[in-house]
Amino acid sequence: MQPNLRPITRETTDVSSAPGDSNADLHRHQESVPLPHGNRADVRKLSFWYGKTQALKEVNLPVVDRKVTALIGPSGCGKSTLLRCFNRMHDLYPGNRYDGEIRLYPEDENLVAIDPGLVRLRIGMVFQKPNPFPKSIYANVAAGLEVRGIKKRSVLDERVERALRHAALWDEVKDRLNGSAYGLSGGQQQRLCIARALAPEPEMILFDEPTSALDPLATAKIEDLVQQLAGEVTILIVTHNMQQASRISDFTAFMLMGEMVEYGNTDQVFTAPEDPRTDQYITGRFG
Amino acid sequence: MEADATRVVASGVRFQRLVAANRRTDIMMASIGILVLMVASALLASVLVDLILTGWPRLINPDFYTNFPSRKPEQAGIISAMVGTALVMLVTAVVSVPLAVAAGIYLEEYAPKNWLSDIIDINVSNLAGVPSIIYGLLALGLFVYGFGLGETILTAGLVLALLILPVIIVATREAIRSIPRDLREAAYGLGADKWQTVSHYVLPAARPGILTGTIVGLARAIGEAAPVITIGALTFIAFLPPPPVQSTPPFVNFDWLTSPFTVMPIQLFNWVSRPQAEFHINAAATGVVLMVMTLAMNGLAIYIRYQLRKHQRS
Repeated sequence: MQPNLRPITRETTDVSSAPGDSNADLHRHQESVPLPHGNRADVRKLSFWYGKTQALKEVNLPVVDRKVTALIGPSGCGKSTLLRCFNRMHDLYPGNRYDGEIRLYPEDENLVAIDPGLVRLRIGMVFQKPNPFPKSIYANVAAGLEVRGIKKRSVLDERVERALRHAALWDEVKDRLNGSAYGLSGGQQQRLCIARALAPEPEMILFDEPTSALDPLATAKIEDLVQQLAGEVTILIVTHNMQQASRISDFTAFMLMGEMVEYGNTDQVFTAPEDPRTDQYITGRFG
Repeated sequence: MEADATRVVASGVRFQRLVAANRRTDIMMASIGILVLMVASALLASVLVDLILTGWPRLINPDFYTNFPSRKPEQAGIISAMVGTALVMLVTAVVSVPLAVAAGIYLEEYAPKNWLSDIIDINVSNLAGVPSIIYGLLALGLFVYGFGLGETILTAGLVLALLILPVIIVATREAIRSIPRDLREAAYGLGADKWQTVSHYVLPAARPGILTGTIVGLARAIGEAAPVITIGALTFIAFLPPPPVQSTPPFVNFDWLTSPFTVMPIQLFNWVSRPQAEFHINAAATGVVLMVMTLAMNGLAIYIRYQLRKHQRS
C-alpha cells in the first residue's frame, strides 16, 4: 500500500476567524505542511475500556486523508467503539477509559488526550439511525454553524445551501426549508444529517453504519454521496455490509474481538487477504 | 404417516386451548380495570354533583363571587379567598418553577454520579412524601418567626413553593431523561458544549413534560389547607390586598406580598365548621369553584402538552 504523499494545500474556510488573525494564519500555515505519509490521523496502540470490559486492544490504524476508510467485522468486534473514539462520544458516559493515541495531523495532537469539545468541533459524525433535531430543515443544517458562533444570516443561508447541495438534498427541500425535518423520509433525513455534519466543514466525518436503517434505494444514494465526498473530506465508515465496504471504500480495516486483524487497500483485502481470519469473514464463513 | 397427522391435530387443539385461556385472562383484566376506573370516576362525579346540588343557590348568585365574607351566610362571598389564592399561586409559581427546573437540570445533566448526588436524589424523592402539615410547621418556625415575614401572602407562597418543589423537580428529571440518547449525541457530535446541548436541544424537547409537572404541582398547591392554616392565615378577610399594578410609576407594587390573606381551602374549612346549615351551602359552593379551578388547571396541562407535542412532531 502506497498512500499519496502530496502536500495538503486546502485553504481553510473558517469564517469565524478574521483575516490577519494570527491564529488563522498559523492554522493556514500548518495546513500547507505535508501530512505524514498522507494520513489525516494515525491510531497507535489504542485500548479502550467500558468500565472493566476491554473493548479495544492496542489497535493501530492509519486514516488516509480525503479517502474512504471502512471498518468491517462481526457484531461486537469493536468497530463502532473505535469510530466513536474519534469524536470522543464515549466521554458522554461515565466509567469509560482510553489508553494509547489517536494522532491527528497536521497538528500532531493526541485526540484522546485533548478537550473532547475541541475534537468534536473538528470531526463530524453521522449516526446509525437518522437523528435530525425536532426543528426545521434549515435549523438542522445551521445547527453546527450556530454552535460555532456563526449568526450572520447571509453566511448561514449560503452555507446551509452549500451543505444541502453537497448532500444531494437541495433540490428536494429547497421549497420547504422551514418545514420540520420529521416530514422527510428516512433516506432524506439521513442525507439531512450528512448535510448537518458537512455544514461546518469538518476535517473528517465519521459514519456509523449510516445505511443500516434505510431501504436499498436510499442506501444507494448515501453510498454515492460518500464516494463523492471522499475527494474533499476524510471519511471513516463503519459498515456491517461487506459489499458496501468493497464498493465505496479505498482502504479497509478488518477487526475481530477488539483487535485489528488486517488493514490494506480495499481491493487487496477483499481479493487477497493476508490473514486467514479475514478470508473466512469475507467469504462468509462466520460473522 | 397416519400417526404424524394425528399428532399435528393434537398440538393444534392444545394451542387453541392456550389461546382461549389467554383471551379469558385478557378479558378478565380489562373488566377489572374498567370496574376500578368506573368506581373512581363515579366517586369523583358524585362528590362534584353533590356539591353542585348543595351549593346551587349560591353558585348562581353573582354576589357570591364579588362579596367579602360576612356574618350573614346569604351575603357572604369568596372574593377575598379567590384573590388570595391567585396571589399566593403567583408567588408559588414564580419561586418554585425556576428553582425546581434548575435543580432538575443540575441533577440530571451536571451532577457527578457519586454518594452525594445519590443522597440528594433520595432526599428529593422523600420530600415529595413529607406530609404538608410538616411543611407548615417548618414555615411557621423559619419564615414567620425566623425571618419575621409574618402571616402574609409571601409566607404562604413560599411554603407552597417548598411543598411542590419535589413534584416539579421529579417531573423535570423524568422529562429530561426521556429525551432519546440520539438527540443528545447529535448535538454533542456537532461540537455543542453541555449548556448549548441542554438549552438548545434537551430543554425544548423536555418542555411538555416540565410544564405538565409544573401545573400538576400548582394544582396540588391550590387545594392545600394544612400548611396555610399552620402559618396562621386568617379566615375572615374583609378587604383585598393592595393591587400588584398601579397607574403611577413604577407601575408595580409589592405591598401585596406582606398583606394578610385567606385562600379558598381555608374559607371552605371555616364555613364547613360553622354550626349554621346556611354556611354549609357556601362551603359546598366554594368546593365547586375550587374543584373547577383544579380541573381547569389539569385541563390546561393536557392541552399545552398536546399542543407542544403536535408542534414538535409536524
